[in-house]
Amino acid sequence: MNYHWDWQFFFQEADDGLKYYEWIVSGLGWTTAVSLASLVVALLLGSVLGVMRTTPSRWLVAIGDTYVDVFRNIPLIIQLFLWFFVVPELVPNSIGIWMKQDLPYIVTAVVGLGLYTAARIAEQVKSGINALPRGQRFAGLALGFTEWQTYRHVRLPMAYRIVLPALTSEAMNIFKNSAVTYAVGILELYFQYKQIIEKTSQVLEITIVVTLAYFTLAFLMNRLLAFVEKRTRVPGLIAGTGGK
Amino acid sequence: MGDFDFGIIADNWRFLAEGLRYTVQVTITAMIGGIVLGTILALMRLSSIKPLQWFAAGYVNFFRSVPLVQVILAVYLILPLLLQFVTGKMIPIGAENSAYFTFTIFEAAYYSEIMRSGIQSVPRGQVGAGYALGFTYGQTMRLVVLPQAFRNMLPVLLTQTIVLFQDVSLVYAIGATDFFGAADKITQRDLRPVEMYTTVAVVYFVICFALSRLVKRLQARIAIIR
Repeated sequence: MNYHWDWQFFFQEADDGLKYYEWIVSGLGWTTAVSLASLVVALLLGSVLGVMRTTPSRWLVAIGDTYVDVFRNIPLIIQLFLWFFVVPELVPNSIGIWMKQDLPYIVTAVVGLGLYTAARIAEQVKSGINALPRGQRFAGLALGFTEWQTYRHVRLPMAYRIVLPALTSEAMNIFKNSAVTYAVGILELYFQYKQIIEKTSQVLEITIVVTLAYFTLAFLMNRLLAFVEKRTRVPGLIAGTGGK
Repeated sequence: MGDFDFGIIADNWRFLAEGLRYTVQVTITAMIGGIVLGTILALMRLSSIKPLQWFAAGYVNFFRSVPLVQVILAVYLILPLLLQFVTGKMIPIGAENSAYFTFTIFEAAYYSEIMRSGIQSVPRGQVGAGYALGFTYGQTMRLVVLPQAFRNMLPVLLTQTIVLFQDVSLVYAIGATDFFGAADKITQRDLRPVEMYTTVAVVYFVICFALSRLVKRLQARIAIIR
């Protein structure tokens, strides 16, 4: 293959005075920031929606179900484009202008990715709560807990532990999905990858480096949550005995 | 909202339909190719030959840890280099064609995990029964295990296909004209983002929602038979 390998180029200066490896580091920083912030949004909203879908109230269930259907059946890149280019046109003019001019891109991107992931988290939380025996809720109510207190003190603490492996894979997915935010102007890792290829044509080297970077991020997230899983496991359960 | 211009959709429907046709073609190609390749990978993963296991595990873990957009761009750029290396000539592939290849090899990793759990869901006695009838390994798999695995996993395979159908929109990264790409190109020209992006979102939603409801019904039917 007449491909010209050149690992040195990472230390060459790009036109903005930074070196190429510094572009990657900065992309890595934005990827981490967008992913973690979106994960927080997704966990909060996803938990609320997941709980809503298990309540006895038909209205809350309907709202939660509709949300999940809508956000799971539209591709992420289109959802992001809707938040960036469509929603500002539909809201009252003054808010639209504010969204277009003053609201930082990153906020819109985090909200978009967060709302998308929330639908997936809601599914997990719901299945976690439904996996518990019904008696848990009854026991809570018999102790005089309100409906909300049975969630807070009885059901959610168990449900989260049950679905932690599934949440781990969602948390790893969010790093991969954050690459899509390049399309709405976030200067994250994939954006830098694309840009470095355009500038240097060293496709293979940069592909190897960026792939390893994504590997590392996913791996760190995996280890972090495996640690949480280990610390929070309930002795005596099947899930509590094995678990790496 | 009052000035939503349906005319712009009517004027461009042919271009959008072309894009949607491309999206469906990629989806179906990658589904068939991905399931075939994925099944082979799953069999390798479950075989007793260590190097085959390692290869399959490495393949699956690799593709499951990288963002799809990155794979789409990387394959688009690296595939011509490889072909040049093999054939000695420069063969232009084009963004549209490279996506067929990318989605097939990428989705194979996901389909393979589904097929693996499908194969593992078949009772061990079935394999023993196959061997007792004098079947070879290949016959046992082809005639006894895989049909059952495939059937048990059909709803999951179809759900993954709906995800794949949505993921095709990411060929935006290499400028191919899929359904979303078509809408985006019209937006660049006519500057009507509201009409175009909303149309794509609604059409995607209707198709995927309908398909996922069908899968749910199928799942219920299969569950009763088992």
